[in-house]
Amino acid sequence: MKRKLEVSELIFKIISYVFLTIFAICCLYPFLYAISAAISGREAVEYGQIVLLPKDIQFEAFAEMFNNNKFWNSYTNTLFLTFYGTLWAMGVAILGGYALSKKRLLFRKGFNFFLVFTMWFSAGIVPQYLNYLDTQEIFYKLGITDDKWLVVIAMGMAAMNIILLRNAFEGVPSEIEEAAVVDGATELQVLTRVYIPMSKSTIATVALFFAISRWNGYFWARQMITNLSEHPLQVFIRLKLEEMQDPDIMTGWDEAYAADSVIFALIVCSIIPVLIIYPFIQKYFAKGVNMGGVKE
Amino acid sequence: MKIKADDYLVYDESTGKYREDAEQKVRDDVEKHYWLNVGRTVLKDWRLYLMIIPMFLVFLFWRYFPMYELLGCFKVDDDTLEVADQLYAGFTYFQTLFSGEGSLSVEFWAAFRNTFLLSFYGLCFGFPMPIIIALFFNEIRSNIARSIYQVITYLPKFMSTVVMTSLVTMLVRQSSPIAGMEMGVISRFLVEFGFISEEVGNAGLLNAPEFFRAIYQISGIWETAGYDSIIFFSAIIAISLTSYEAAQIDGAGKIAQMRYVVLPSILSTIVIMLITRIGSLLNVGYEKVLLLYNPNTYVTADVVSTFAQRYGIMGQNAGIATSAEMLNNIVGMLLVICANTIARKASDVSLY
Repeated sequence: MKRKLEVSELIFKIISYVFLTIFAICCLYPFLYAISAAISGREAVEYGQIVLLPKDIQFEAFAEMFNNNKFWNSYTNTLFLTFYGTLWAMGVAILGGYALSKKRLLFRKGFNFFLVFTMWFSAGIVPQYLNYLDTQEIFYKLGITDDKWLVVIAMGMAAMNIILLRNAFEGVPSEIEEAAVVDGATELQVLTRVYIPMSKSTIATVALFFAISRWNGYFWARQMITNLSEHPLQVFIRLKLEEMQDPDIMTGWDEAYAADSVIFALIVCSIIPVLIIYPFIQKYFAKGVNMGGVKE
Repeated sequence: MKIKADDYLVYDESTGKYREDAEQKVRDDVEKHYWLNVGRTVLKDWRLYLMIIPMFLVFLFWRYFPMYELLGCFKVDDDTLEVADQLYAGFTYFQTLFSGEGSLSVEFWAAFRNTFLLSFYGLCFGFPMPIIIALFFNEIRSNIARSIYQVITYLPKFMSTVVMTSLVTMLVRQSSPIAGMEMGVISRFLVEFGFISEEVGNAGLLNAPEFFRAIYQISGIWETAGYDSIIFFSAIIAISLTSYEAAQIDGAGKIAQMRYVVLPSILSTIVIMLITRIGSLLNVGYEKVLLLYNPNTYVTADVVSTFAQRYGIMGQNAGIATSAEMLNNIVGMLLVICANTIARKASDVSLY
């Protein structure tokens, strides 16, 4: 049934479009500006002539970034942290979530509380820091001198994600498990052949949560990774920003591009991978948010 | 478990004597062998319990052991003392913080106030935005157009805090006359439209304490409003078309439909989200503050976590820092528990 729009509806529709368009432009503008400023000539950037479109296009700021070994090094470190961090966290979370989803688990309530309590009360950053220092010492004694492993193993576990997995596993019908057990499947086979395939999308979502938080991790990586060449990308960006804010560097700057362009080029480089995979992962995130309504 | 003698001994009317209750004997047996049975079950099902061990250890080592470090707030920071004497400084750190005298205490209370205010303003301005955006998304009937809007507005959420704060820093940067640099582009807009004076723009917006909260909130809305609208939007599209049609037949215009159809349907979602927000009022993302603030803006920007970071990690005053965090976390936990209890009472949904 096609119905003529009433006046109030029409007005509301127009307001929606206008508002959303403005908001979308606001969301996008900083990124567009960053790209423009990264590829504009020095004078245009320094005298603030760029509003949206680039001027006197140059790619030297990008070239300087691409020729910078430290930049690639930090990129590799971030990939390392993201890959192993997600792998480790997912391994722990899937095993834990699976065990917690079983009604026959003794002290199930206790384990759940053990998990949920960390969402209510966290010790805070100074106690955590002291704890990580102790851990670091132990790791050194064990011969693990690469601080990246400390970041991978000790940090980034989130109780919320384990609960999401637990809820997904609880949703798998127990008859299927029973059938598998009758067929002689061991516990591990039940997990890998029945539970994991049946909750693929939740697992993908949780893995993405972990991966994004690893990719974006900054504070603890900066605090705990002592060796400068082991720093991930986020720390590299921040250090570069701090370096470029130094008045001495700015006055002594004699490149063909502005000092600001370097920062913008760096920002653009760091978000490109995210932008590339973003359209594919976006729907999982929407799903993840809706799973957030947690039940006990 | 019944333990009273009356339960244990049963009066037998036929013989007129008390005799032992057979069931109670079984119960006693079960109790006696409780841990044995636990051990047997665990052994039989050892694979399952092996699976939970990594999770248990990770949380024990890196979530619960730090809580033990919280005892540092009672400790004297002096290694020459005996362990027993190191514990306890008693409440001296808390007294320092509470006294209201001395720069430490003043700074702590400013930080505590800022923590609360940043969250509270977030609640006032940041919370309604996703709801409004979700309502507007619902008006766009074309799927393609809506997807485009959604993809764009979710985008900032995927940027890291460092990228976001770097962008903010660059967009409102100070001018630098020696290096011949103009102020950031957003500052220029604001000066142009007369929102701020030229001097403020030249000095850098991030150096002006009175603008920090606005920058924090606006960048927060930019970052999360689109993404946070997902949950409200899915609540709205779950409303069946018949509800709208019924309202239309009753002669409801758009506003009336909003008031009587849409709002009641998403009210429970709103309440839950609101309560969650209230529960985390003292839980400000310290990373963002840490990356945006500087000594000029400590007055309005410093939060308890950054206060702790400055004194406990950068400085050598772990006792004070830990005490500050302890206070903040305990109040925060009380808020969460209250919020959760209210949520449970108000609706059938519990947060945790």
